[in-house]
Amino acid sequence: MHKEALIPYLLLLGDSALVQGQRLCEWCGHAPAIEEELALMNVGLDLVGQARNWLDYAAELLDDGRDADALAYRRDERAYRNLLLVEQPNGDFAVTMTKQFLYDAWHFAVLQGLAASRDERIAGIAAKALKEVTYHLRRSGEWVQRLGGGTDESRRRMLDAIPALWRFTVELTGSDSEVQLAEAGIAADPAAVGAAWLKQVSAIFDSVELPLPKAASYFYLDGRKGLHTEHLGLLLAEMQFLPRAYPDATW
Amino acid sequence: MRPGELIASDLGARAARGDDLARAWAVLEQVMDPEVPVVSVVDLGIVRDLDWRAGHLHLVVTPTYSGCPATEVIEADIRDALQQAGFAAPALERRLTPAWSTDWISDLGRQRLRTYGIAPPEGSTSKRSLLGEAPQVCCPQCGSAHTELLSQFGSTACKALYRCRECLEPFDYFKCI
Repeated sequence: MHKEALIPYLLLLGDSALVQGQRLCEWCGHAPAIEEELALMNVGLDLVGQARNWLDYAAELLDDGRDADALAYRRDERAYRNLLLVEQPNGDFAVTMTKQFLYDAWHFAVLQGLAASRDERIAGIAAKALKEVTYHLRRSGEWVQRLGGGTDESRRRMLDAIPALWRFTVELTGSDSEVQLAEAGIAADPAAVGAAWLKQVSAIFDSVELPLPKAASYFYLDGRKGLHTEHLGLLLAEMQFLPRAYPDATW
Repeated sequence: MRPGELIASDLGARAARGDDLARAWAVLEQVMDPEVPVVSVVDLGIVRDLDWRAGHLHLVVTPTYSGCPATEVIEADIRDALQQAGFAAPALERRLTPAWSTDWISDLGRQRLRTYGIAPPEGSTSKRSLLGEAPQVCCPQCGSAHTELLSQFGSTACKALYRCRECLEPFDYFKCI
Protein backbone atom coordinates (compact mmCIF):
# COMPACT_ATOMS: atom_id res chain seq x y z
CA MET A 1 0.00 0.00 0.00
CA HIS A 2 1.23 3.46 -0.94
CA LYS A 3 -0.88 5.21 1.66
CA GLU A 4 1.90 7.44 3.00
CA ALA A 5 2.57 8.84 -0.45
CA LEU A 6 -1.02 8.68 -1.64
CA ILE A 7 -2.55 10.89 1.07
CA PRO A 8 -0.36 13.94 0.29
CA TYR A 9 -1.02 13.39 -3.41
CA LEU A 10 -4.80 13.37 -2.86
CA LEU A 11 -4.40 16.53 -0.79
CA LEU A 12 -2.42 18.16 -3.60
CA LEU A 13 -5.27 17.41 -6.02
CA GLY A 14 -8.08 18.29 -3.61
CA ASP A 15 -6.51 21.36 -2.04
CA SER A 16 -5.49 22.82 -5.40
CA ALA A 17 -9.04 22.44 -6.74
CA LEU A 18 -10.51 23.84 -3.53
CA VAL A 19 -8.25 26.89 -3.36
CA GLN A 20 -8.68 27.63 -7.06
CA GLY A 21 -12.45 27.29 -6.60
CA GLN A 22 -12.41 29.60 -3.60
CA ARG A 23 -10.41 32.20 -5.54
CA LEU A 24 -12.98 32.08 -8.35
CA CYS A 25 -15.77 32.64 -5.82
CA GLU A 26 -14.17 35.98 -4.98
CA TRP A 27 -15.36 37.19 -8.36
CA CYS A 28 -18.96 36.64 -7.35
CA GLY A 29 -20.70 39.99 -7.69
CA HIS A 30 -17.60 41.60 -9.26
CA ALA A 31 -17.18 39.99 -12.67
CA PRO A 32 -17.08 42.27 -15.74
CA ALA A 33 -20.24 40.79 -17.27
CA ILE A 34 -23.04 38.51 -16.16
CA GLU A 35 -21.98 35.73 -18.54
CA GLU A 36 -18.46 35.85 -17.13
CA GLU A 37 -19.73 35.78 -13.61
CA LEU A 38 -21.80 32.68 -14.34
CA ALA A 39 -18.87 31.01 -16.04
CA LEU A 40 -16.42 31.79 -13.22
CA MET A 41 -18.87 30.52 -10.61
CA ASN A 42 -19.65 27.37 -12.57
CA VAL A 43 -15.98 26.54 -12.98
CA GLY A 44 -15.51 27.20 -9.26
CA LEU A 45 -18.42 24.92 -8.46
CA ASP A 46 -16.96 22.09 -10.53
CA LEU A 47 -13.64 22.50 -8.74
CA VAL A 48 -15.14 22.55 -5.26
CA GLY A 49 -17.12 19.40 -6.14
CA GLN A 50 -13.97 17.70 -7.38
CA ALA A 51 -12.13 18.80 -4.25
CA ARG A 52 -14.77 17.10 -2.15
CA ASN A 53 -14.31 13.85 -4.07
CA TRP A 54 -10.53 13.92 -3.49
CA LEU A 55 -10.81 14.97 0.14
CA ASP A 56 -13.44 12.29 0.84
CA TYR A 57 -10.92 9.72 -0.31
CA ALA A 58 -8.06 11.32 1.61
CA ALA A 59 -10.22 11.35 4.76
CA GLU A 60 -11.00 7.65 4.37
CA LEU A 61 -7.32 6.80 4.07
CA LEU A 62 -6.38 9.06 6.98
CA ASP A 63 -9.05 7.30 9.05
CA ASP A 64 -8.61 9.66 11.99
CA GLY A 65 -12.24 10.71 12.40
CA ARG A 66 -12.01 13.70 10.08
CA ASP A 67 -14.22 13.96 7.01
CA ALA A 68 -13.80 16.08 3.87
CA ASP A 69 -15.37 19.12 5.59
CA ALA A 70 -12.99 18.83 8.52
CA LEU A 71 -10.05 18.66 6.12
CA ALA A 72 -11.26 21.72 4.22
CA TYR A 73 -12.30 23.87 7.14
CA ARG A 74 -10.08 22.88 10.04
CA ARG A 75 -6.64 22.50 8.61
CA ASP A 76 -4.17 25.31 8.93
CA GLU A 77 -2.14 26.76 6.12
CA ARG A 78 0.87 24.54 6.76
CA ALA A 79 -1.25 21.43 6.36
CA TYR A 80 -2.54 22.53 2.94
CA ARG A 81 -0.80 20.90 -0.01
CA ASN A 82 -2.11 23.00 -2.91
CA LEU A 83 -0.01 24.43 -5.73
CA LEU A 84 1.34 27.91 -5.00
CA LEU A 85 -0.07 29.11 -8.32
CA VAL A 86 -3.72 28.79 -7.29
CA GLU A 87 -3.39 30.68 -4.01
CA GLN A 88 -2.16 33.82 -5.77
CA PRO A 89 -4.58 36.75 -5.64
CA ASN A 90 -6.92 37.24 -8.57
CA GLY A 91 -5.51 40.60 -9.62
CA ASP A 92 -7.18 41.87 -12.76
CA PHE A 93 -8.99 39.73 -15.30
CA ALA A 94 -5.75 39.01 -17.16
CA VAL A 95 -4.15 37.59 -14.00
CA THR A 96 -7.28 35.60 -13.18
CA MET A 97 -7.50 34.03 -16.63
CA THR A 98 -3.76 33.43 -16.97
CA LYS A 99 -3.75 31.71 -13.60
CA GLN A 100 -6.80 29.67 -14.61
CA PHE A 101 -5.22 28.68 -17.91
CA LEU A 102 -1.86 27.67 -16.42
CA TYR A 103 -3.72 25.61 -13.83
CA ASP A 104 -6.24 24.11 -16.27
CA ALA A 105 -3.49 22.97 -18.63
CA TRP A 106 -1.79 21.17 -15.71
CA HIS A 107 -5.07 19.89 -14.32
CA PHE A 108 -6.15 18.48 -17.69
CA ALA A 109 -2.86 16.63 -18.17
CA VAL A 110 -2.92 15.25 -14.61
CA LEU A 111 -6.50 14.03 -14.96
CA GLN A 112 -5.76 12.39 -18.29
CA GLY A 113 -3.05 10.40 -16.56
CA LEU A 114 -5.20 9.65 -13.54
CA ALA A 115 -8.16 8.43 -15.59
CA ALA A 116 -5.96 5.39 -16.31
CA SER A 117 -4.83 5.00 -12.69
CA ARG A 118 -4.67 1.50 -11.25
CA ASP A 119 -6.52 2.85 -8.24
CA GLU A 120 -10.13 2.57 -9.37
CA ARG A 121 -11.37 5.22 -7.01
CA ILE A 122 -8.86 7.72 -8.41
CA ALA A 123 -9.63 6.69 -11.99
CA GLY A 124 -13.36 7.23 -11.37
CA ILE A 125 -13.00 10.68 -9.83
CA ALA A 126 -10.54 11.70 -12.54
CA ALA A 127 -12.68 10.45 -15.44
CA LYS A 128 -15.57 12.51 -14.17
CA ALA A 129 -13.47 15.61 -13.48
CA LEU A 130 -11.77 15.33 -16.87
CA LYS A 131 -15.06 15.94 -18.67
CA GLU A 132 -15.55 19.14 -16.69
CA VAL A 133 -11.97 20.34 -16.96
CA THR A 134 -12.07 19.90 -20.74
CA TYR A 135 -14.52 22.79 -20.78
CA HIS A 136 -12.47 24.80 -18.27
CA LEU A 137 -9.32 24.50 -20.37
CA ARG A 138 -11.05 25.39 -23.60
CA ARG A 139 -12.57 28.47 -22.04
CA SER A 140 -9.44 29.76 -20.27
CA GLY A 141 -7.33 29.10 -23.39
CA GLU A 142 -9.77 31.15 -25.43
CA TRP A 143 -9.52 33.98 -22.92
CA VAL A 144 -5.73 33.97 -23.08
CA GLN A 145 -6.01 34.25 -26.86
CA ARG A 146 -8.66 36.95 -26.70
CA LEU A 147 -6.76 39.07 -24.20
CA GLY A 148 -3.31 38.38 -25.65
CA GLY A 149 -4.45 39.12 -29.19
CA GLY A 150 -7.00 41.77 -28.25
CA THR A 151 -6.47 45.46 -27.66
CA ASP A 152 -3.18 47.13 -26.70
CA GLU A 153 -4.53 47.42 -23.18
CA SER A 154 -5.54 43.74 -22.83
CA ARG A 155 -2.22 42.62 -24.33
CA ARG A 156 -0.24 44.87 -21.99
CA ARG A 157 -2.06 43.32 -19.06
CA MET A 158 -1.32 39.80 -20.29
CA LEU A 159 2.35 40.72 -20.70
CA ASP A 160 2.32 41.79 -17.03
CA ALA A 161 0.33 38.79 -15.79
CA ILE A 162 2.44 36.03 -17.32
CA PRO A 163 5.82 36.89 -15.73
CA ALA A 164 4.12 37.66 -12.41
CA LEU A 165 2.76 34.10 -12.21
CA TRP A 166 5.45 32.22 -14.10
CA ARG A 167 7.76 31.45 -11.19
CA PHE A 168 5.03 29.30 -9.59
CA THR A 169 4.86 27.05 -12.64
CA VAL A 170 7.99 25.28 -11.42
CA GLU A 171 5.61 23.16 -9.35
CA LEU A 172 3.66 21.92 -12.34
CA THR A 173 6.24 19.35 -13.35
CA GLY A 174 5.75 17.19 -10.28
CA SER A 175 8.00 16.05 -7.48
CA ASP A 176 10.04 13.00 -6.56
CA SER A 177 7.32 11.55 -4.35
CA GLU A 178 5.02 11.37 -7.35
CA VAL A 179 7.54 9.48 -9.46
CA GLN A 180 7.18 6.44 -7.21
CA LEU A 181 3.40 6.66 -7.18
CA ALA A 182 3.43 7.03 -10.95
CA GLU A 183 5.71 4.01 -11.35
CA ALA A 184 3.19 2.05 -9.29
CA GLY A 185 0.54 3.07 -11.83
CA ILE A 186 -1.37 5.23 -9.35
CA ALA A 187 -0.33 8.84 -9.95
CA ALA A 188 0.02 10.65 -13.27
CA ASP A 189 3.57 10.55 -14.61
CA PRO A 190 5.02 13.97 -13.62
CA ALA A 191 7.37 14.13 -16.61
CA ALA A 192 4.51 13.42 -19.03
CA VAL A 193 2.33 15.99 -17.26
CA GLY A 194 5.07 18.61 -17.45
CA ALA A 195 5.60 17.96 -21.16
CA ALA A 196 1.88 18.04 -21.96
CA TRP A 197 1.47 21.22 -19.92
CA LEU A 198 4.29 22.98 -21.75
CA LYS A 199 2.97 21.88 -25.14
CA GLN A 200 -0.50 23.19 -24.36
CA VAL A 201 0.73 26.49 -22.94
CA SER A 202 3.17 27.19 -25.75
CA ALA A 203 0.55 26.39 -28.41
CA ILE A 204 -1.90 28.92 -26.98
CA PHE A 205 0.78 31.54 -26.33
CA ASP A 206 2.24 31.09 -29.83
CA SER A 207 -1.17 31.49 -31.45
CA VAL A 208 -1.34 35.10 -30.30
CA GLU A 209 2.42 35.75 -30.14
CA LEU A 210 2.64 35.93 -26.40
CA PRO A 211 6.26 35.27 -25.48
CA LEU A 212 6.80 32.03 -23.56
CA PRO A 213 9.13 32.71 -20.62
CA LYS A 214 12.01 30.32 -20.11
CA ALA A 215 11.38 27.41 -17.74
CA ALA A 216 10.84 28.51 -14.15
CA SER A 217 13.60 27.50 -11.78
CA TYR A 218 13.71 26.54 -8.12
CA PHE A 219 11.54 28.60 -5.82
CA TYR A 220 12.16 28.66 -2.08
CA LEU A 221 8.54 27.83 -1.19
CA ASP A 222 6.83 24.55 -1.97
CA GLY A 223 3.07 23.98 -1.80
CA ARG A 224 3.51 20.20 -1.65
CA LYS A 225 5.43 20.63 1.59
CA GLY A 226 2.94 23.11 3.05
CA LEU A 227 5.31 26.04 2.54
CA HIS A 228 3.03 28.69 1.11
CA THR A 229 3.11 32.31 0.07
CA GLU A 230 1.51 34.83 2.43
CA HIS A 231 -1.73 34.75 0.43
CA LEU A 232 -3.00 31.32 1.46
CA GLY A 233 -3.44 32.18 5.14
CA LEU A 234 -5.69 35.11 4.29
CA LEU A 235 -7.74 33.03 1.88
CA LEU A 236 -8.23 30.30 4.47
CA ALA A 237 -9.12 32.84 7.17
CA GLU A 238 -12.05 33.94 5.06
CA MET A 239 -13.04 30.48 3.88
CA GLN A 240 -12.79 28.85 7.30
CA PHE A 241 -14.18 31.61 9.48
CA LEU A 242 -17.77 30.40 9.70
CA PRO A 243 -17.15 26.70 10.37
CA ARG A 244 -14.50 27.59 12.93
CA ALA A 245 -16.62 30.23 14.68
CA TYR A 246 -19.72 28.05 14.71
CA PRO A 247 -18.51 24.44 14.73
CA ASP A 248 -21.02 21.91 13.46
CA ALA A 249 -23.51 24.60 12.50
CA THR A 250 -26.02 23.37 9.94
CA TRP A 251 -27.68 25.34 7.19
CA MET B 1 -50.70 -3.04 -5.73
CA ARG B 2 -51.86 0.25 -4.29
CA PRO B 3 -50.02 2.94 -2.36
CA GLY B 4 -50.00 2.07 1.31
CA GLU B 5 -49.90 -1.67 0.77
CA LEU B 6 -46.17 -1.70 1.25
CA ILE B 7 -45.56 -0.32 4.68
CA ALA B 8 -42.35 -0.22 6.58
CA SER B 9 -43.05 -3.18 8.83
CA ASP B 10 -44.02 -5.36 5.90
CA LEU B 11 -40.95 -4.90 3.88
CA GLY B 12 -38.34 -6.60 5.95
CA ALA B 13 -40.57 -9.58 6.53
CA ARG B 14 -41.66 -10.55 3.07
CA ALA B 15 -39.84 -11.33 -0.09
CA ALA B 16 -39.75 -8.75 -2.84
CA ARG B 17 -42.32 -9.18 -5.51
CA GLY B 18 -41.73 -8.92 -9.21
CA ASP B 19 -43.80 -5.81 -9.70
CA ASP B 20 -42.17 -3.84 -6.88
CA LEU B 21 -39.19 -2.80 -8.97
CA ALA B 22 -41.38 -1.76 -11.86
CA ARG B 23 -43.44 0.33 -9.48
CA ALA B 24 -40.30 1.89 -8.00
CA TRP B 25 -39.18 2.86 -11.50
CA ALA B 26 -42.62 4.40 -12.07
CA VAL B 27 -42.24 6.41 -8.84
CA LEU B 28 -38.81 7.61 -9.95
CA GLU B 29 -40.23 8.76 -13.27
CA GLN B 30 -42.23 11.28 -11.24
CA VAL B 31 -39.16 12.67 -9.45
CA MET B 32 -38.16 15.78 -11.39
CA ASP B 33 -34.80 17.49 -11.55
CA PRO B 34 -35.09 20.51 -9.22
CA GLU B 35 -33.46 22.85 -11.75
CA VAL B 36 -35.15 21.50 -14.87
CA PRO B 37 -38.50 20.39 -13.46
CA VAL B 38 -39.74 18.77 -16.68
CA VAL B 39 -37.20 15.97 -16.84
CA SER B 40 -37.23 13.13 -14.34
CA VAL B 41 -34.23 11.50 -12.73
CA VAL B 42 -34.95 8.53 -14.99
CA ASP B 43 -35.01 10.71 -18.13
CA LEU B 44 -31.67 12.19 -17.08
CA GLY B 45 -30.17 8.73 -16.68
CA ILE B 46 -28.82 9.40 -13.21
CA VAL B 47 -30.56 6.39 -11.63
CA ARG B 48 -28.26 3.66 -12.83
CA ASP B 49 -29.56 0.62 -11.03
CA LEU B 50 -32.38 -0.54 -8.82
CA ASP B 51 -32.67 -3.80 -6.90
CA TRP B 52 -33.61 -5.37 -3.60
CA ARG B 53 -31.02 -5.97 -0.96
CA ALA B 54 -31.90 -7.42 2.44
CA GLY B 55 -35.51 -6.34 2.18
CA HIS B 56 -34.75 -2.77 1.14
CA LEU B 57 -34.74 -1.03 -2.16
CA HIS B 58 -31.18 -0.27 -3.23
CA LEU B 59 -30.50 2.48 -5.80
CA VAL B 60 -27.36 3.52 -7.57
CA VAL B 61 -27.34 7.22 -8.39
CA THR B 62 -24.67 8.93 -10.48
CA PRO B 63 -24.27 12.70 -10.09
CA THR B 64 -24.25 14.76 -13.25
CA TYR B 65 -21.38 17.12 -12.31
CA SER B 66 -18.85 16.79 -9.48
CA GLY B 67 -20.04 20.04 -7.96
CA CYS B 68 -23.70 19.94 -8.90
CA PRO B 69 -25.49 21.59 -5.97
CA ALA B 70 -28.67 19.72 -6.85
CA THR B 71 -27.14 16.32 -6.04
CA GLU B 72 -28.23 16.31 -2.40
CA VAL B 73 -31.66 17.73 -3.24
CA ILE B 74 -32.20 15.07 -5.90
CA GLU B 75 -31.20 12.32 -3.49
CA ALA B 76 -33.55 13.66 -0.82
CA ASP B 77 -36.39 13.96 -3.37
CA ILE B 78 -35.83 10.37 -4.50
CA ARG B 79 -35.84 9.14 -0.93
CA ASP B 80 -39.01 11.07 -0.06
CA ALA B 81 -40.90 9.93 -3.15
CA LEU B 82 -40.03 6.28 -2.57
CA GLN B 83 -40.92 6.43 1.10
CA GLN B 84 -44.23 8.07 0.34
CA ALA B 85 -44.93 5.28 -2.10
CA GLY B 86 -44.31 2.75 0.64
CA PHE B 87 -40.69 1.78 0.06
CA ALA B 88 -39.20 1.97 3.54
CA ALA B 89 -35.68 3.27 4.04
CA PRO B 90 -34.38 3.01 0.48
CA ALA B 91 -30.59 2.79 0.34
CA LEU B 92 -28.94 5.24 -2.05
CA GLU B 93 -25.46 4.54 -3.29
CA ARG B 94 -23.66 7.42 -5.01
CA ARG B 95 -21.42 6.05 -7.74
CA LEU B 96 -18.99 8.03 -9.89
CA THR B 97 -17.94 5.25 -12.25
CA PRO B 98 -18.73 5.20 -15.08
CA ALA B 99 -19.04 8.97 -15.14
CA TRP B 100 -22.44 10.33 -16.06
CA SER B 101 -22.80 11.27 -19.69
CA THR B 102 -25.40 13.31 -21.54
CA ASP B 103 -25.61 10.27 -23.83
CA TRP B 104 -27.72 8.72 -21.06
CA ILE B 105 -30.50 11.31 -21.34
CA SER B 106 -33.49 9.48 -22.81
CA ASP B 107 -35.20 10.50 -26.05
CA LEU B 108 -38.23 11.48 -24.01
CA GLY B 109 -35.96 13.59 -21.78
CA ARG B 110 -34.49 15.31 -24.84
CA GLN B 111 -37.95 16.05 -26.17
CA ARG B 112 -39.02 17.45 -22.80
CA LEU B 113 -35.93 19.66 -22.58
CA ARG B 114 -36.67 21.09 -26.02
CA THR B 115 -40.30 21.78 -25.17
CA TYR B 116 -39.15 23.50 -21.98
CA GLY B 117 -36.88 25.82 -23.99
CA ILE B 118 -33.53 24.12 -23.41
CA ALA B 119 -31.69 22.76 -26.43
CA PRO B 120 -30.79 19.11 -25.68
CA PRO B 121 -27.20 17.88 -26.09
CA GLU B 122 -26.24 17.34 -29.71
CA GLY B 123 -24.52 14.15 -30.80
CA SER B 124 -22.39 11.80 -28.82
CA THR B 125 -19.76 12.79 -26.28
CA SER B 126 -17.37 10.26 -27.71
CA LYS B 127 -16.41 12.38 -30.66
CA ARG B 128 -16.14 15.98 -31.56
CA SER B 129 -18.12 17.61 -28.76
CA LEU B 130 -15.29 17.15 -26.27
CA LEU B 131 -12.58 18.04 -28.73
CA GLY B 132 -13.42 21.65 -29.26
CA GLU B 133 -15.48 21.45 -32.39
CA ALA B 134 -18.63 23.50 -32.08
CA PRO B 135 -21.79 21.42 -32.17
CA GLN B 136 -24.67 22.57 -34.33
CA VAL B 137 -27.28 23.67 -31.84
CA CYS B 138 -30.83 24.37 -32.97
CA CYS B 139 -32.99 27.00 -31.34
CA PRO B 140 -35.59 25.28 -29.11
CA GLN B 141 -38.04 28.11 -29.87
CA CYS B 142 -38.06 28.36 -33.66
CA GLY B 143 -35.90 25.39 -34.68
CA SER B 144 -33.39 27.48 -36.61
CA ALA B 145 -29.82 26.19 -36.86
CA HIS B 146 -28.62 29.78 -37.20
CA THR B 147 -27.45 30.17 -33.59
CA GLU B 148 -24.37 31.47 -31.79
CA LEU B 149 -22.58 30.66 -28.56
CA LEU B 150 -22.67 33.48 -26.01
CA SER B 151 -20.97 31.73 -23.11
CA GLN B 152 -19.61 28.25 -22.42
CA PHE B 153 -21.40 28.31 -19.09
CA GLY B 154 -25.08 29.14 -18.66
CA SER B 155 -27.44 29.28 -15.70
CA THR B 156 -26.04 26.02 -14.32
CA ALA B 157 -22.78 24.11 -14.82
CA CYS B 158 -24.46 21.67 -17.20
CA LYS B 159 -25.60 24.33 -19.67
CA ALA B 160 -24.09 26.81 -22.11
CA LEU B 161 -25.73 30.04 -23.20
CA TYR B 162 -26.70 30.49 -26.86
CA ARG B 163 -28.63 33.01 -28.92
CA CYS B 164 -30.79 32.39 -31.95
CA ARG B 165 -29.93 34.67 -34.86
CA GLU B 166 -33.33 34.10 -36.45
CA CYS B 167 -35.78 34.72 -33.63
CA LEU B 168 -33.16 36.49 -31.47
CA GLU B 169 -34.11 34.56 -28.33
CA PRO B 170 -31.30 33.63 -25.96
CA PHE B 171 -31.51 30.03 -24.74
CA ASP B 172 -29.73 27.41 -22.67
CA TYR B 173 -28.00 24.48 -24.32
CA PHE B 174 -27.44 21.28 -22.34
CA LYS B 175 -23.74 20.63 -22.94
CA CYS B 176 -22.38 17.28 -24.00
CA ILE B 177 -20.22 15.71 -21.36
